[in-house]
Amino acid sequence: MTGKTIVRVSGVTKDFDLGKIVVKVLKGIDLEIEEGKYLSIMGPSGSGKSTLFNMIGGLDKPTTGKVFIDEVDIAQLDAYELAWLRCRKIGYIFQTFNLIPVMTALENVTLPMTFAGMSNDDAVEHGMDLLKQVGLEGRHAHKPTELSGGQQQRVAVARALANSPAIVLADEPTGNLDLKTGEDIIDLLKELSSNRNVTVISATHDYKMLNVSDQVIWIRDGRVDKIQERSELEIRTGGLE
Amino acid sequence: MKRLIALPFRKSLEIAFQSIRVRFFRSLVTTMSLVLAVAFLCYMQTCDDFAQGMLASGDVAAYEILVQAGYDVVPGGANIATSAKQRWIVILSLLVCIVGIINAQLMSVTERFREIGTMKCLGALDRFIVRLFVLEALMQGLAGSITGALLGMLTAAVSSTITLGTGAVATVSWPAVGYSLLLAIVTGTGLSLIGVIYPAIIAARMQPVEAMRVDQ
Repeated sequence: MTGKTIVRVSGVTKDFDLGKIVVKVLKGIDLEIEEGKYLSIMGPSGSGKSTLFNMIGGLDKPTTGKVFIDEVDIAQLDAYELAWLRCRKIGYIFQTFNLIPVMTALENVTLPMTFAGMSNDDAVEHGMDLLKQVGLEGRHAHKPTELSGGQQQRVAVARALANSPAIVLADEPTGNLDLKTGEDIIDLLKELSSNRNVTVISATHDYKMLNVSDQVIWIRDGRVDKIQERSELEIRTGGLE
Repeated sequence: MKRLIALPFRKSLEIAFQSIRVRFFRSLVTTMSLVLAVAFLCYMQTCDDFAQGMLASGDVAAYEILVQAGYDVVPGGANIATSAKQRWIVILSLLVCIVGIINAQLMSVTERFREIGTMKCLGALDRFIVRLFVLEALMQGLAGSITGALLGMLTAAVSSTITLGTGAVATVSWPAVGYSLLLAIVTGTGLSLIGVIYPAIIAARMQPVEAMRVDQ
């Protein structure tokens, strides 16, 4: 199964200069991520998981090495192109949902479409459609504070999909949710990934994620520890740490 | 392909307005210092306008009243002299007001860092963020200055009537009062805009990765 490569990470290192000491968080990472895969990045806290994740999302620049999204080196992009990339190519889902508190669910979903230059009517129509797909029909006029955690995360999923991105980045999407709601969100992401051929990359330490992942990348101490395909995983179910 | 990110002006206005409405109490506190400073400025100006009107009427009795009310009028002079002390008090109050606005806006940026980071993750450019903050400041500035100017003018009218008598209202030059009002409104809005520049730049420079941070 060799699909098109959507994300390529080559020789990425990242140092954080803390004044007196330099912390080497990533020590040379090489990865290729295929289009349409559901991928989990697993690793203990402090392993560099989030840092790697931010690099892939174009939120942070590597100290050395390169990150390519759709064969474009993101270090070469200027501020406008980077904004365009974030707006059109990548959808972000956060652990803390991060909806804009002053906006309704629908406005949250339509904001990226407005940035992308879509007309208001089209954006509203598409936004309503997306909210329906994540099972929030009729809640479009509610503010984030009037929604439960699971519902807020559904709005965030709808927002991430607003401009039909090629990649959805989910940073611990179930971290602030209870077991059942977390499972619902995972199922939703999986469904969207297979229906829309969207690459879902999630940083997580939620083992529920493993069941739906096509590939799991284990990060340990700033390096890729191992990459497991789904078939390898199932053999080990029950035997996980 | 045209790789442009857009935020129509009307949409920015909408977002800025909503932001103020939702955080109404906070905006009110920010605006209050402006209202008071502008009211003070307008009060001083309008009081002078009333006295000037009395003086311009050329009436001897009016001159006596002005002297009794404590105005520095030179016999035969045509202008009310604003004392240096008075001017300094006004300038000082405006300075204090600017510091207050910067402080309030900086807090507002800190409160909203996650919101700003999220917007940047969704593709917002630095200048959208600056624009939102400037628009908010403009709206707050206009609302606060108009309220303050009217408040100051009314207070000046009432106090002048009490100290100078009803003659003050009869002789005052209304265009001059209008000019004082306008000046106060423009100054107030200007202060609000000056106050937001630094906080808006801080907000715009915020890295989108901030949105990912879990701890508040």
